[in-house]
Parts: sequence; structure tokens; C-alpha cells
Amino acid sequence: MTEPGLRPGMRVRVRERPVEGHVRTPFYIRGRLGRVERLHGRFPDPERRAYGGSGLPPVPLYLVRFRQADLWPDYAGGAADSLLIDLYEHWLEPLGDGHGA
Amino acid sequence: MRAMHDLGGLPAGPIEREGHDPSLAERRVDALMSLLMARGVFNVDEMRRTIEALPREIYERHDYYERWLHTIERLLVEKGVLTRAEIEARLAAGPAGA
Repeated sequence: MTEPGLRPGMRVRVRERPVEGHVRTPFYIRGRLGRVERLHGRFPDPERRAYGGSGLPPVPLYLVRFRQADLWPDYAGGAADSLLIDLYEHWLEPLGDGHGA
Repeated sequence: MRAMHDLGGLPAGPIEREGHDPSLAERRVDALMSLLMARGVFNVDEMRRTIEALPREIYERHDYYERWLHTIERLLVEKGVLTRAEIEARLAAGPAGA
């Protein structure tokens, strides 16, 4: 069992892992800065299940919030608009607890 | 590198919002996919890995359920359920019941 290493409010950067095969992290979010909203739970790793494995032990999956304006250079919506996306822990680089950020 | 199916954020035309009634062939492909997964022949992540790895010319030339059919064929061969030769022989024999 992998214990969750991230907590709500933590700042994270999405890793740019040079992986082949099936991944659940879309290209547009890689390298971007966001903040952990909450833990969804632990789930079998789809990247390993994609090659016939069990995907166990399960890996933590988080809901992560990003500012829309940080994702799209020509974003015309409100400054407070955000995007919520599910990301597995091995895609997230922790940057801090969010204080003073 | 961005995979060919990973289109989020790329320029695109208007979204076609009208649906269509699935054809009998599409319903059969859908049923076949459901049954093969329910039987544990392969899982959804293997299905996604395979569809995302289709040759680009096949991926771009075919529609949603045609891609599924290519994916089912490839996974059945990968899993040793069928051989490519068996599929080709059955196709050469013509439609069932004909």
C-alpha cells in the first residue's frame, strides 16, 4: 500500500515524464503548477495495467486545481476560473505546503 | 511527446453536437468489446494502450468503432486467442451465413 504523500493545499508541479504507452495525464497539463484539492483514494495503476499487470499496489489519485489563465496563453475568461483534473501521485512533484505562495 | 489521441488544447473546428443512431455493426463491436472485458480477456487500460498505439494512418482514417475493431483484433492476437492467419482466413471465407 502506497501512503499518500501529498495533502490538500500543497503546491505541485506536474512532472514531464518521458513515458511511452498508456498514461492518464494529458499533454496540456504537463509541467504546469497547481494545488492539491483533495485525495480521491488509491487505485490500481493504469500505466501498469495497460501491459497486463495488476497495477498493484494501488497508487494515490488526487484532484488538482489549476488556474485556467496558467494553462492557456490566450484565455479570455475570468481570472478566478480554474480547472480540476485527476492526477496520480507519481505525476506530481511537491513544491511546498502552500503557505506564503 | 504528445500522443496522437491527446488533442486537449489544440486548435479544432466546431463540435458536431448531433448524435446518430449506431449501426448494427457498431452495436456488435460495442457488444464484443463489453464481453471480452467482462470475460477478463483484456482490461480497459490494455484497450486504451492498444488504441493509442494504432498506426497513425489507421487511427486517422477510421471512425470510433472501426478503431475499436482494430483494437480488438490486435489484442486477441496479442493474447493468443486468435492468430492473424485465423482472422485472415475467416475474412476470406465471407460473411457468416452467406
